[in-house]
Amino acid sequence: MSTAKDQIRQTVTSNDVVLFMKGTKMMPQCGFSSRVAGVLNFMGVEFADVDVLADADIRQGIKEFSDWPTIPQLYVKGEFVGGCDIVTEMTLSGELDALFEAKGVAFDKAAADKIRAANG
Amino acid sequence: MAIEARDIETLIRARFPAARITITDLAGDGNHWAAEVIDESFRGMNRVQQQRAVYAALQAKMAGAHGELHALALTTKIPE
Repeated sequence: MSTAKDQIRQTVTSNDVVLFMKGTKMMPQCGFSSRVAGVLNFMGVEFADVDVLADADIRQGIKEFSDWPTIPQLYVKGEFVGGCDIVTEMTLSGELDALFEAKGVAFDKAAADKIRAANG
Repeated sequence: MAIEARDIETLIRARFPAARITITDLAGDGNHWAAEVIDESFRGMNRVQQQRAVYAALQAKMAGAHGELHALALTTKIPE
């Protein structure tokens, strides 16, 4: 299990934005994973996707790594941001924009505004 | 294996006795739930910390790939 955690730590520190999800960003296998991947794709954020369904050790390891029981899990600059509900709330409140700005992650502000306009 | 709304509420209530708790069955299948928990103890915590506290109360039901509680959309708030 420690190797899975090492692998996770390596992944979240070597990529600015990482989404641990069920499926891939091109083919999500769960509605919650799909929603977060969809937000990031729409906002033009470059991110690494890790399919937990492809590796049982990573699937269990990521829950212990973050002390968070569910997938998806979003990491920005090595820091756990939240799951589907938190990311959704942060997208609609503009907190996600602020986080990306503070961490120097490029994203399309107009697209983020469009999400808010459509879900206001 | 499905779970009842009052089971979810009881588990949350055990950890947050004074909280305002609303449980909604999202799909009507006893499998996809939404819970809103409003509690004073969340003050000073960020969302991740608030929701970790609620998940901790539900841990027994969420454990494993086939836990009784498959999907829970969680919202946590501080009373106004």
